Amino acid sequence: MSTLEVSPSDTLPDQSIHPVVNDFSIQIGTVNGSGSQTANSVLMRSIFQMGIPVSGKNMFPSNIAGLPTWFTIRASKHGYIGRRKEIDILVAMNPETAREDTMKLPTGAAVIYDEPLKLNELRSDLHFFPVPFDKLVAPVCPDAKLRKLVRNMIYDGVVAQLLSIEMDEIHNALLKQFGKKKAKAVELNWGAAKAGYEFAVKTFAHGVPYRVERMNATAGKIIIDGNSASALGCMFAGVTVVTWYPITPSSSLVESLIGYMRRFRHEPETGKATYAIVQAEDELASIGMALGAGWAGARSMTATAGPGISLMSEFIGLGYYSEIPVVVFDVERVGPSTGLPTRTQQGDILTTAILSHGDTKHPMFFPCSPEECFSMAIEAFDFAEKFQTPTFVMTDLDLGMNNWMADAFPYPEKPIARGKVLDAEELTKQGGFARYKDVDGDGVGYRTLPGTNHPQAAYFTRGSGHNEKAQYTEREDDYINNMDRLSHKFEVMRQFVPEPLVTVPEKATIGFVAFGTSDAAVRESCDQLRDEYGIEASYLRLRAYPFTQHLLDFIQRHERVYVVDQNRDGQLLGLMKLEFEPEILAKLRSLRYYGGLPLDARTVTDEIIRQEGK
Amino acid sequence: MSTTVTPPPKKLNHIGLEVVQYKGSKTTLCAGCGHNSISERIVEAFYDLGVNPYTVAKFSGIGCSSKSPAYFLGLSHGFNGVHGRMPAIATGALLANSTLLGLGVTGDGDTASIGLGQFMHMVRRNVPMIYVIEDNGVYGLTKGQFSATADLGSTLKTGIANDLPPFDCCALALKWGATFVARSFSGDKKQLQAIMKTAIAHKGLSVIDVVSPCVTFNDHAGSTKSYSYMKEHEEVLQDLDFVPFFEDISIEIPEGEVRDVQMHDGSHLRIRKLHRDFDITDRFKALQALEETEARGEVLTGVLYLNTSKPTFLELLNLTDQAVATLPESKVRPSKAVLDSLMEELR
Repeated sequence: MSTLEVSPSDTLPDQSIHPVVNDFSIQIGTVNGSGSQTANSVLMRSIFQMGIPVSGKNMFPSNIAGLPTWFTIRASKHGYIGRRKEIDILVAMNPETAREDTMKLPTGAAVIYDEPLKLNELRSDLHFFPVPFDKLVAPVCPDAKLRKLVRNMIYDGVVAQLLSIEMDEIHNALLKQFGKKKAKAVELNWGAAKAGYEFAVKTFAHGVPYRVERMNATAGKIIIDGNSASALGCMFAGVTVVTWYPITPSSSLVESLIGYMRRFRHEPETGKATYAIVQAEDELASIGMALGAGWAGARSMTATAGPGISLMSEFIGLGYYSEIPVVVFDVERVGPSTGLPTRTQQGDILTTAILSHGDTKHPMFFPCSPEECFSMAIEAFDFAEKFQTPTFVMTDLDLGMNNWMADAFPYPEKPIARGKVLDAEELTKQGGFARYKDVDGDGVGYRTLPGTNHPQAAYFTRGSGHNEKAQYTEREDDYINNMDRLSHKFEVMRQFVPEPLVTVPEKATIGFVAFGTSDAAVRESCDQLRDEYGIEASYLRLRAYPFTQHLLDFIQRHERVYVVDQNRDGQLLGLMKLEFEPEILAKLRSLRYYGGLPLDARTVTDEIIRQEGK
Repeated sequence: MSTTVTPPPKKLNHIGLEVVQYKGSKTTLCAGCGHNSISERIVEAFYDLGVNPYTVAKFSGIGCSSKSPAYFLGLSHGFNGVHGRMPAIATGALLANSTLLGLGVTGDGDTASIGLGQFMHMVRRNVPMIYVIEDNGVYGLTKGQFSATADLGSTLKTGIANDLPPFDCCALALKWGATFVARSFSGDKKQLQAIMKTAIAHKGLSVIDVVSPCVTFNDHAGSTKSYSYMKEHEEVLQDLDFVPFFEDISIEIPEGEVRDVQMHDGSHLRIRKLHRDFDITDRFKALQALEETEARGEVLTGVLYLNTSKPTFLELLNLTDQAVATLPESKVRPSKAVLDSLMEELR
């Protein structure tokens, strides 16, 4: 039993006369493994199809069946897609969490719940909508085995009725969900949704103080999770070797990729694959294979998360020192150690920047949206081959596994660029080559691929000390020259990484620096600060590491700059500390959130107000 | 006055290369190290069979053995990776370019200790490559600690005895899926050469465990991986004769009971049984023979198993015939129409 205190307040005023339109969030509490995903996706999609900006966040356990799961749908006519802390409508399906979920609601919220839970006894300041789910599901789903799965669709119908969501759109969303081939599933679920709708029409005299009204803000847009977007980017980047080891939350990236590649990357004439995807025995092997493939000329990649990144560290040092292109996706989750595998964090950026022993530095890209997962995946492959080095795309569970509204992805404009690779013809023209010689002044040598039919093509790749000709050496000057060239190469990268996006309002005194999934919360917070507190804030969204001059310029033109990190120790700020002068650092403040949920604007705003002393 | 000296005609193999073109840089290993003999056998085998060195990719891990790819096939690309993790690198390179001939050289520390997991998974996948274990029972480069192939009761130079049983890499390879498994001795020139050639002709994974004495740290009395121990305890399974595909097979078949195995490339391995009744297609017999000889303190050498029909890992992946690594953009970037249709699905 829950030990929550019950503190009923006065009876509710009737708010249904002036309902809030297209600005609310719905939380659905279920048990994982109960098939609620379909009902939740359909509900989210139906609102999207009515033209209203919408976002969905799945908070799920590291478990297959039987533990609490929450799904939050936010509709926002303003286009805010970050998490919102306040819940307006609760759908309580899980007896284990229903009471606690109900007690947390703000006054005036609505609760749709399974009738036997008797949640209406808890508080009198909420709108309660009891629904006899078991009674309603039986007639629409004669097969008792399927009832558990179909039962959830009933709340879609109830919510649709209470919020004025068009039932046609629920039906359209079901068709989208199951496709034309699964007509039976569509029919069963549609029957359940209708039963819920009709029950609500008959039973509830008053609606909820929220309404959905058609808008036109989603035309042409798509709904996709970040991992699928990354996968699409990899396919259109021309990836040829993918080696991986399953780990939450990165597994679905490669699983999506497998699906896409099977459909679109087999030769039509022969049916043969133009790629290899291999599930390795562990992360040591997955990165080792990816490096071997990159060395042999493939566009190779792996995808992983925290523990995998730790395991890959030795091989990444080899990739850095022997200069092999490979793209690593790190879909970050909460660390340290196993941490919270199904919660989100930006917890790996500091360790990844200098992953492996000795002096190493690695470029990282920070996508903030599905659009950028797609475009940066493509850029990352070009970048890795241009600079012949492991290149990291840092996303997180929130971006990778949640469904986001996004613009349709544009087809890549630039042709694939494979970097400095010499073939037999070029070798003859140049009379040979030295693998690690800085011919062009950018720190990047020319390489050859095994299998090149030329007497001067071969060289010996090693993680031990080597000179320009890739020969073994322990000489002081050879070592220093090589390490300095690698450092120079990293400096050159600053001109080629994705630039930050900067917004500077005229009267801004403070600024934000944030990256990745902090974006939605920070943009919304800028509006809150302006509208509620009269504070104008600038915003630089960092899109890559190493940093560029834009970041320094941005810090210099502000009195105080808040560096937003979704981790305990302020890792982005830490990276800045490694290279900035003290007078620059003196302007920096740290704003951190590390509870494992997607960052929300209110948390950001409240923290700014606290630190600004207002 | 000038006396014209005609140089003797250079000896060339069937693709027109000299043996020197199969050599590498000068070895830096100890004089008398078994690994140097293995390097020589690799040079001879690749030269004799006329393998195009540009199609070979050499791989190694870390340790004395793993240095040796620098000492042979200097015209081939080489990759000296991290300790115990060479199988992953080699697998990746072969995924990228399935037309390469992969040649891995590694040690017992690399394979049986730190890299045991990767070794086993390479075996399980039947990755099409040659995997040579230069097995001396000790860590040479860190100056003489036991490895996991050191025999129970064998001693270090300091007199310390090994109290753990060894991994038998051939038994592991046999049990879990390698398609050519052999054991040899670095001092047995003829046998090792025939085995090396068979491995070149074999289309699947070849695991060759070569007892290769460490003259500095493990060649004393009390060692079971010394030259003298091998001379006394080697039990040779067969007489091996390798006939490459470009030679006339009809030449005389040697006397005695001879089994002729045709390899994937048309070469032939001719096997004459010596002492025991042994069938190279029977994995269980091979495992049994290894157990029996180990119990007697003997070392069984020769071809333990050969399976020429099992599909390789790359065949299972249904890869296009060309190397995927260098496919043109038209083959690896789907069209705009594909992207547009995918976007429509997501609307």
